[in-house]
Amino acid sequence: MDIKTLRIVRYAASGLIAVFAFAFLAVGLGWLQSGRPPADVLPTGGPVVGAFELVDQGNRPVSERDMRGRPAVVFFGFTYCPDVCPTTLAMLTANLGFMGQQADRLGIFFVTVDPERDTPELLAKYLSPFDPRIRGLTGAPNQIAALAKSLGVYFGRSEIEGGGYTMDHTASVILLDAQGRFSATIAYGENSDTALAKLRLLAGG
Amino acid sequence: MNVLLRAAVFSLCSAVVTLSASGCSSREGGLRIIDPWTRATPLGASVGAGYMTIANGGAKPVRLISADSVVAERVEIHAMSMEGGVMRMRPLSDGLDVPAGGEVELKPSGMHLMMIGMKRPLIEGETVAIVLVFDGGVRLEAKLSVEGIGGTHGH
Repeated sequence: MDIKTLRIVRYAASGLIAVFAFAFLAVGLGWLQSGRPPADVLPTGGPVVGAFELVDQGNRPVSERDMRGRPAVVFFGFTYCPDVCPTTLAMLTANLGFMGQQADRLGIFFVTVDPERDTPELLAKYLSPFDPRIRGLTGAPNQIAALAKSLGVYFGRSEIEGGGYTMDHTASVILLDAQGRFSATIAYGENSDTALAKLRLLAGG
Repeated sequence: MNVLLRAAVFSLCSAVVTLSASGCSSREGGLRIIDPWTRATPLGASVGAGYMTIANGGAKPVRLISADSVVAERVEIHAMSMEGGVMRMRPLSDGLDVPAGGEVELKPSGMHLMMIGMKRPLIEGETVAIVLVFDGGVRLEAKLSVEGIGGTHGH
C-alpha cells in the first residue's frame, strides 16, 4: 500500500470509530429513541402485560389475567391485511398442530389494531380456518393501545389518499412467560422450524 | 430462481396469459406476466394480495396504472415495507413503472396487487383473473394460481 492509500484507510478508520462512538453514546443516552422501541429490542425483567379489558371472537371478556398464569403468544394485526397477518396465523396454526396437546399450555392471542372494522363477529369468521386455540381480541381503542404499549408494540393509522385507511403495525409475534414477562419474539418471515422450537421452549416439557 | 426454472415458468405462464388487445397469448418484445399467484383468503377477509413478475420486452418503459378483478370491488397497486419490525403498506397512486427491457417483481413483503372488498373467499387450487391496465391502453389478463392461506410460493 502506498502512503496515499494508507492515509485514506486511516481517515476511514477514524471516521468509523467516531460514528460508533456517537452511536454508542446516543443509544446510551436515549437520543435515538423516538418514542417506540424497535420490536427486537424489548424490555426485560418484570411483568410487562399492563391492565386491559377486551373481548374475544365469542364476545367473552379477556383481561391481562388471561395473559398470565401460563405462557402467552401475542400477535397484533388486522383482517384488512393481505400478507403478514394471514401468513403469520397460518405459521402459528401449522406449528400449534405439530405441538398437539403441548400447545394447550399456551394462551394464543391475535389482537386487532383495527377495532373499527374488526368486530368479534368478523374475527370469528376470519379466524375460522386457523387453530381454534387462537383467541382474537378486539374492543375499545384505548384498551388495545394500552396492551400494545405495555408490550412495546407499535401501531398507527395511515389515511389513504382518495379515502380509506390502513394500519401500520409491529409484525413480530411476542412470547411471554407464565409470569407475563418477555421471553422472545418470532420475527415476520422467520424460519418456521425456529419458530416451532421457540414455541416448544415456551410451552415447556 | 435459476435461469432454467425461470424460463420454464415463463413459457408455462405465457400460455395462460392473454393479451386482450390482440388476442394472442404473448407478444415478442411486449409485456409478459410471469408466474402470477395469490393465497386463499379466510372467510371474513376483505382483502387479498396478488403477486407476479411483469416483464417488459419493449424498447419503451410502460406504466401499470390500474387493475381490476371480478373477485374484488377494486384492485390497488400497493407497496409494503418493513422497518424496525413494523409493517407499513401504501398505495402507489401514480402506478408502477416497468422499465424498457426490464421487469418488476411483485412479491410478499414488497409490492402487490391489493384486492379490496373480496366478493368471495379465494379457494386453494383455483385460479383467479386480474386484468392489468397499462398506459397506452394495453390490457393484460393475469391468471393467478391460488395457494394455501400461508402460501409462500416456495420462498
